[in-house]
Amino acid sequence: MPVRRRQKDLNFWEKIYIPEIAKGLALTFKTMFKPKFTMEYPEEKFIPPPSYRGRPVLVQEENGEERCVACGLCSRVCPALAIEVQAGETDREKERYPERFEINMLRCIFCGFCEEVCPEEAIVMSKDYELAFTNREDAIYGKDELLVPVKNLNERINFLRQYK
Amino acid sequence: MNYLEIIVITLVKILIIFTIMMLTVSYLVYFERRISAWVQNRLGPNRVGWEGVLQPFADVFKLLLKEDIVPLVANKPLHTLAPILALFVAFSTYAVIPFGPDITVFGYKVSLVVADINMGILYVLALTSLGVYAITFAGWSSGSKYSLFGGVRASAQMISYEVSMGFSVAGVLLFAESLRPVAIVEAQSGWMWNAVLQPIGFITFLVSAFAETNRLPFDLPEAEPELVGGFHTEYSSMKFAGFFLAEYANMIIASALIVTLYLGGWQIPYIELLGLPSWLTAAIQVAGFFFKVGFLLFFFLWVRWTIPRFRYDQLMSLGWKVMFPLSLINLVWVAVLIMIFKL
Repeated sequence: MPVRRRQKDLNFWEKIYIPEIAKGLALTFKTMFKPKFTMEYPEEKFIPPPSYRGRPVLVQEENGEERCVACGLCSRVCPALAIEVQAGETDREKERYPERFEINMLRCIFCGFCEEVCPEEAIVMSKDYELAFTNREDAIYGKDELLVPVKNLNERINFLRQYK
Repeated sequence: MNYLEIIVITLVKILIIFTIMMLTVSYLVYFERRISAWVQNRLGPNRVGWEGVLQPFADVFKLLLKEDIVPLVANKPLHTLAPILALFVAFSTYAVIPFGPDITVFGYKVSLVVADINMGILYVLALTSLGVYAITFAGWSSGSKYSLFGGVRASAQMISYEVSMGFSVAGVLLFAESLRPVAIVEAQSGWMWNAVLQPIGFITFLVSAFAETNRLPFDLPEAEPELVGGFHTEYSSMKFAGFFLAEYANMIIASALIVTLYLGGWQIPYIELLGLPSWLTAAIQVAGFFFKVGFLLFFFLWVRWTIPRFRYDQLMSLGWKVMFPLSLINLVWVAVLIMIFKL
């Protein structure tokens, strides 16, 4: 049988356990009065940092138009096939706009590829994480739910410009 | 006092003690959850009622509504008997533990103990040993390997620790020269607490009490990481709640027993020198008893969230190679004390 060696030789006081147990008890007693880490959720909400990937949203310009030019890259790159874009023509400078833009939030995996691939910085991940639906139809977000004014998304856009 | 009066007074005492026990058990569960949370820098249940004080009632209500599942291969009579036995043992043991001095109510002299029998300590030891059957039955009758392991471990553990527990108690009995709990408490007047006179016996009894109540660090019969739920793996609904209640009731009994045997019961040193009226002294003494029990209960919870679980062989070697010789040494120590000081 191989000889097993102790990692550390215990001295007499450590061998009789009781002082060590008292030390442990003192530690847990001190811990009881330390500030708690629990966040009492519905009352107190977690505000994520700009690096957080929440619900993907479409950027709405100051004049109320969407930035998206309906190139369809996001829908192409989406690994979960959650995005559906239907392009339409307009007389505005950019000539194209999405007639229909739908994200199925039951399929979305929050990978952020759509945001990464977008040439217009038109789709970004927001900080929303409270996504609950009572039926499948509600889970498909259309343009009305997706468009968010650009002033609410500046933090994320700056983050992307700095680190992407 | 005629028989009718004795019966009525005893019934009232039983009712009071039963109510106090049930309330303490439910709040012990609540405090277990709160204290475990505090030790881990969490908040714990604080939603139901003010700071979660109604949580135990919500828990019981939930358990009542649960489906009672009995495995197909279970031995049904024993499976049902086990939680009943556990509860019976847990609640009937308290009968002999005094919680206050004799008081006078409406002209009757009432002793604050349900049954002042002259072999009370034997009664406690006998009933707590009976408690092993509840766990062994539960483990065996469930027809599941994890339950069986839990039951076998429980019986082996309890038998090993019963020995050192018995020898520690013997030291107390030598001092008190009686098996009556009331006499044992009265023998510890002033600072003559047994915890002071025989510290080794106090520690061995304390450790054995932890092992007897299956509390961590000795909760091997229900060691979750290895045995799923141990002996109560196959129990659900109110049968599970029965075991749960019994465990906490056993903690109360163990604490009360430690207070009675080692911490002077209801005695508070030198309280008679204050010259207070007798009813006030008695009230303070009863409060002192409950305070001591409360502190020990906190100690039970506190230790649970500090010390990790022992391995099975470590538990056995601690019981037989350390606790047993130590309790024998304590017995010799007590004998020497008695011989020298003629206590």
